[in-house]
Amino acid sequence: MPHDHADHDHTHDHSDLDDMTARVMAMEKLLVDKGLVDPAALDAIVETYEEKIGPRNGAKVVARAWTDPDFAAALKDDATTAIATLGFSGRGGEHMMALFNTPDQHNMVVCTLCSCYPWPVLGLPPVWYKSMPYRSRAISEPRAVLAEFGVTLPEGTKIRVWDSTSELRYLVIPMRPEGTEGWTAEQLETLVTRDSMIGTGLAGARP
Amino acid sequence: MPNNPAIPGLDGDAPHFFAPWQAKAFALTVHLHDQGRFTWTEWVDTFAPRVGGTAPLPDAATTADHAEVYYLAWLDALQAILGDKGLAEAALIGEMAEVWRRAALATPHGTPILYEAGLTG
Repeated sequence: MPHDHADHDHTHDHSDLDDMTARVMAMEKLLVDKGLVDPAALDAIVETYEEKIGPRNGAKVVARAWTDPDFAAALKDDATTAIATLGFSGRGGEHMMALFNTPDQHNMVVCTLCSCYPWPVLGLPPVWYKSMPYRSRAISEPRAVLAEFGVTLPEGTKIRVWDSTSELRYLVIPMRPEGTEGWTAEQLETLVTRDSMIGTGLAGARP
Repeated sequence: MPNNPAIPGLDGDAPHFFAPWQAKAFALTVHLHDQGRFTWTEWVDTFAPRVGGTAPLPDAATTADHAEVYYLAWLDALQAILGDKGLAEAALIGEMAEVWRRAALATPHGTPILYEAGLTG
């Protein structure tokens, strides 16, 4: 249609819905009309995941593991239960596993299938985690991927990549930075970045 | 497709949702799961083949482009699981989406869009 562009300019006198917005609004109305969905609950879910659940939860877990050997042992043994003692628990069903980085082994997490991610401790996954380039390349060339994140590991450090599933989610426990002896858990938390708990960063390395 | 396509969104804190429909699709899914309408494994089984089957994006694609492709797969999966579970038929969703579109066209900019405004289009 030759006048498409001119017509478009005129659409400012009414609202225009893109296809995705119209479909989601249709689904919502249909489900609300059937009594299957409470609109207020939808807003609360978005608010919770955007503002209340985030990587600070995971940072608390890591800082505690660095400062409390009993907690670290419990986390190694049964991460789901240990993390729940701090008040963070999953949507039901999925189990957590803590992966402790050592000088010999660096752990890195991916979900090649889709975007399974430890929501209760890290919040929603970043776009890169959900993107196809990360999902495919994390497995095939983890060292190159780490380099793109600005992480270079000693050659002797082995990289192990863990593929998440809907039943099993991983939390990387990064190595505690040197020179932090005597720091409180609260101080240490500030060094624990989201990426360090996915294994694409190191604690204290990136703000 | 290059062998090592660029990983998007490494620079700083990108938002989780780039449009309200993405947040709404996410919330609908989480809410229906909370209500026991499907298990999370059922959701992943529906979502994974769709997100896995998306065409690779060019290197020039923005973080927002990657988010849109991801949530389009999410929206398709949500529509599919609603059908599979007998919660909402795809045809009806399509019809109601068309009503919403007509309602929007009939509504002056800045005024709340009412579904009823699209019924008489």
